[in-house]
Formats: sequence, structure tokens, C-alpha cells
Amino acid sequence: MALPEPLSKVFRSAAFRLASLGLAAFLVVAASVAGLLFWQTNAVLSDQVLATLKAEAAALENEAKTNGVPGLIEAVKQRSIPEGPGLYFLADLRGMKLAGNLNRLPPEIAELPQGGVFRYERGAGPSDAEHLGVAIPVPLEAGLRLIIGRDVEEQRLFASRMKRIFLGGFGVLTLASLLGGLAIGRAVLKRIETMSAASRSIMAGDLSRRIPLAGSGDELDELAQSFNAMLERIEQLMSGMKEVSDNIAHDLKTPLNRLRNRAEAALRDPRGTEAHREGLERTIEQADELITTFNALLLIARLEAGAAQENSTTFDAGELVRDMGELYQPVAEESGATLSISAEANAPITANKQLISQAVANLIDNALKYGVAAGKTAADISIGLNVVDRTAEIWVADHGMGINAADRERVLKRFVRLEESRTLPGTGLGLSLVAAVARLHKGSVRLEDNEPGLRIVVALPLAIAGG
Amino acid sequence: MRVLLIEDDRETAQFLAKALKESGHTADLAGDGETGLAMAMEGTYDVLIVDRMLPKMDGLVVVKTLRTEGRRAPVLILSALGDVDDRVKGLRAGGDDYLTKPYAFSELLARIEALSRRAVPEEQETRYSVGDLVLDRLSHRVTRGGEGILLQPREYRLLEYLMKHAGQVVTRTMLLEHVWDYHFDPQTNVIDVHISRLRSKIDKSFDRPLLHTVRGAGYMIRDGAP
Repeated sequence: MALPEPLSKVFRSAAFRLASLGLAAFLVVAASVAGLLFWQTNAVLSDQVLATLKAEAAALENEAKTNGVPGLIEAVKQRSIPEGPGLYFLADLRGMKLAGNLNRLPPEIAELPQGGVFRYERGAGPSDAEHLGVAIPVPLEAGLRLIIGRDVEEQRLFASRMKRIFLGGFGVLTLASLLGGLAIGRAVLKRIETMSAASRSIMAGDLSRRIPLAGSGDELDELAQSFNAMLERIEQLMSGMKEVSDNIAHDLKTPLNRLRNRAEAALRDPRGTEAHREGLERTIEQADELITTFNALLLIARLEAGAAQENSTTFDAGELVRDMGELYQPVAEESGATLSISAEANAPITANKQLISQAVANLIDNALKYGVAAGKTAADISIGLNVVDRTAEIWVADHGMGINAADRERVLKRFVRLEESRTLPGTGLGLSLVAAVARLHKGSVRLEDNEPGLRIVVALPLAIAGG
Repeated sequence: MRVLLIEDDRETAQFLAKALKESGHTADLAGDGETGLAMAMEGTYDVLIVDRMLPKMDGLVVVKTLRTEGRRAPVLILSALGDVDDRVKGLRAGGDDYLTKPYAFSELLARIEALSRRAVPEEQETRYSVGDLVLDRLSHRVTRGGEGILLQPREYRLLEYLMKHAGQVVTRTMLLEHVWDYHFDPQTNVIDVHISRLRSKIDKSFDRPLLHTVRGAGYMIRDGAP
């Protein structure tokens, strides 16, 4: 039977494994100690009994020697207290009982010259069950047979109680340790879970998040503190970076602006010749191209730092795709291309609408530019949206040259332009921006073969209902 | 039109002032946020152009202060920061429009002209007319010379925006922002084709064209050549 996911996770946790291992080691040691203790106690008790019996045997032997058989019978009779601890059986040659509190010769002892352990019925009532006894034979002359023993029922009871206590104790201990291990495992796992959740959201760009401390000052807290210190440092560096990039933006754009301004002012000067005009117009064009590249770079850098999340709204991505399609349809038709739209409705996503629009625009721009099939003069593209597995998949497909499987990852990187496309205008940043926008919204971009052509899919998580 | 220009880069400020004068406007200059705010509080300007990053007082603070003091003059914020977030922050602070550096002067001019128009309390106009072209904002009907013209919803909004700013240059980015609500630069010039479709509906079968292309700037709707 498969365990429910969270429980099996606990069983696999390092804390639980450590706890189980510790428990196993403890059980082995405890069992050996208990076993040794038990065995030794038993040995001591048995030795004591045996010593007493031997002393008594010597005394009775002596009695027989000095006072003869009647004296011995008398002595045994005296000692044979019913239900007492001492056990006696004296019989003649034919086995007839002469004296003693045992009813018969225990068969277990009869054959053993050194004596041994035996069971016997004590008393007559049904309440008295079998008892355990230890007995040794006393060597006598004249064919008499004497067995003396001790009732060791109590010792037996003690031993079996010890066994029960040990076994029960170990059982309870095992159970408690396993439960404890589970609890510790779960608690540690929960803390680690919060730590990974925090680091996931930090990875998603929320650098202001910190890993929560439990306040116990243990190793996990220390680890979390180190992480937080590291994050603090990263955040400082990032905000420094942002400041630098803002400053670069300001300091580079101001001169670019002046350049453009001067060119524009000169262009308005009526004294300029046609050649001057042309040169100035080219200058402005180049400046604008520079600005476009520059803006795209800055935007990608800021998206990767997790900016632009403040202006998220929840909207229907299907509608956005249709809107973008309708914006581009006339352009496509004008150039002889076709653009077909098939977007599912009801695909709410929570995102920065402007960024998603820009990403879709970049994809359509690319498709119009590169999606021209061999032997044709204009692209034949289709765009759409499908909801797959709680994800809105926005796709743009063309029937152009496509991109080799080997190059598909590469083109998402900055400034990567494939050999075939170098002749066409472009910054080499369009797809990187799409990838950065997707990443910012916890989505992904994948490039597929449209057989023939390219199909780019931007997958974005659907908005959680009500959230 | 009287323009107050709060900009710390002297060369940019002088270029803008000169270009504004050439376009028939007057411009006062302020080189930092504090001076700019003081001048804006005293003078009467039709439009303020405020740089976002200013010495002494941040551009956004200037705009916020003006708004809390109840000054309603329209403000165009100029900024080197072009993120969507920066734009939203600028508009939230009380700016009416946001232009990212570097920009074409024609873009700036078109935008402040559109803004100064807005400053005149906009009585709820229910009808726009240019020559014999009439757009009824209540019934969404467009007629030229009394003849009905059938427009797609987007074409209607495009014409409505152009007619609202009749006689003024409207740039492509302004159209993209106001008619489509997109605040980015598409690489392909998508607006031109939409304009030419609109033109084929409102101008094609008439002698006098109303929708004009202003070279290097954008479009303008007016009765007679621009």
C-alpha cells in the first residue's frame, strides 16, 4: 500500500532516518545490557540455591552417618514443612516414600546423578499450580535415596516478569522513538519547507523576502541567518545595480537625447542641402536604433532583477492575444502575409499587461520577419492561446525556415542572432525579452518544430480563482 | 501657449526652448526642482514639462506638491526611465503624460499640444465635426456629407481620438497608447496600416482629404492642408 505523499516524505526525511538509526543502535545496546543483567542475576540466584542445597546435603549425610536411618528419617520429617521452600523426598530401595514433602520422585531428577530442575505439583488444591524446583540427590549408603531441593518458583516468576518488562519496555521505547522521530522529522521538514518556499519566492525575484527564523537559535536558525545575511548582501548589490543602471540610463540617454535634438534642429535649418538632410535623417535613425537596443537591454536587466511586478492585474490572456492579432492583422495583410487567430477565451492570468503585450508583439514581429516560407514572399502565420493544465499557452507559429533543435535554447539569449537572420534588421533582444517576461511571471518559453516552421509557446500560469 | 520647462540639462532645455519658440510657443526655464516649483506656483502656464530626475527636488515631488496645492496645469513628465512601472509612478504622482528620453521633438510637441487642449475644461462634447465629417459620440454614428460610414469599433475609436485633437498633430505612439492602450514601441509600424484603412473609408470617395500625414511626426485631421 502506498503511503500518502506527506507521510512518505516524512519517512524519507533526514531527521526521521537519523532518529531511526539512533533508535536501532540504542535498542541493540540496551538489549545486550538487559540480557547480561538478566543472565547474571539468574546465575547468582542459582549459585546461592545450589550452595544452600549442598550445605544441607552435607548436614543430612552427616546425620545419616551418626544417627543411622531412623535419625535421617526423623531429620527429613522435621525439615519437611508442607508448602515450605525446602523440598525433600526420601525413599527406600523399592522406591517407597519414607519421608518428605514431595509426593514422588520427580522423574526429571531420577535419571540425573547431579540433580537438576524439575516441575512438581504443590499441595492438593487446584489453586496451586505447577511449581519449579531445583533438586540434588544426597549420596547415601544402604540403598536409601534422598533428594533435597528448593522451590524456585519465585525466581522463575521474577525471571519471567523481568522478560516481560524488558520486552514491553523495548516495545514502548521503539514505538515512542518512531513517533518521536516522525514528529521531529515532520517539524524539521516543515521548517525546511518554509525555507525552500522562501528561497523559491526569492528566486522568483522578490529579494526583500527573508527566511523566517524559529527563534530557537539552533543550526537551522543559524543556517537561515546565514542565508538572510547573504540575501541582504545580494539585495544591496542588486539595488546598487539598479541605481547604476538608472544612472547609466540617465547619463547615456541625456547625451543621446542631445545628439538627436541637434540632428533634428539641424534638419529644420533651411540652409541644409539634400545630402545634409539625408545624413541627418540617417543619424536620427541610427540614434533611434541605438535607443531601442538600449531600452530593451535595460528592460531585460530590470525584469531579471524581478522589477515591474507592482503593476500586475488579472485579465483574460485570450482577449489580449486576439487584440494583438487584430492590431497586426492589417499589417500582415498589407505585406501579403496572412495572420490567423484562434484564441480560447477565459484564460485569466495575473500579469503586467504591457509586458505580456510586448512579448506577444515581439513574437509576431519575428514571425512576420523570419516566417517567410521558401518560394514565398510573405509569411503565413497563426497565433492563438490554449489552456493546458492550468496554464495559458500563448503560441505564435509560422511556416518559415524554423530553428534547428540545437539552436533553440541559444536564441533566447541576449544578442544571439542566427547566421540566416543577420541580414535582417533587429537587435537580437526580442526573444530574450520574451523569455525574461515569461520568467518574471513564473512561466516558460519553448520553441517547437511547426513542421515546417517555428512555433513558439509562452506558457503562463493561470490566475488562481478569486485571487 | 506658455510652457514652463523644468529640466537640469542646460543644453536639452535650451534646445527645447528654442524649438518651442520656433513652433510659436513661449517657454520659461527652471534648472532645478525648487525653482521650478516656485515658478509653477506663481506663474500661469498652459503646460509644464518636468524632468523626472532633478537636483534639489525630485521631479515627482514637484508634481505631487503642485497637485496637493491645487494647481491643475497639465504636466508632461520627461524621464530617462522608461519602464512600465516608472510610467505608472509618474502618472500616479499627478502627471498627465509621460515621455521617455530620448524622444523626437515632434513627439513632445504633439503631446504638450494635446495636453494644453485638455486644460480647457472639457465640456462633454457629444459631437465632433471636421469639415463635413461628423462623429456622434452618443449614437456612435459617423457621417460624411450626410452619408453614413460604417466603421469597425477600433476604427471608430481611432477616428474619435483624431477628431478630439482635430487640428493637432497626433503621433503614432500617442495613438497606440490611447486607442490600443499599449505603452511600448512595436518594431513594425502597425499604426500606419490602420490609418490607411480608416482613410480609405472616410476620405477615398471625397475630393477634399481630411486625414493628413504630417511628415516625420504623425497624423492630423483637419479641413484643409496642415
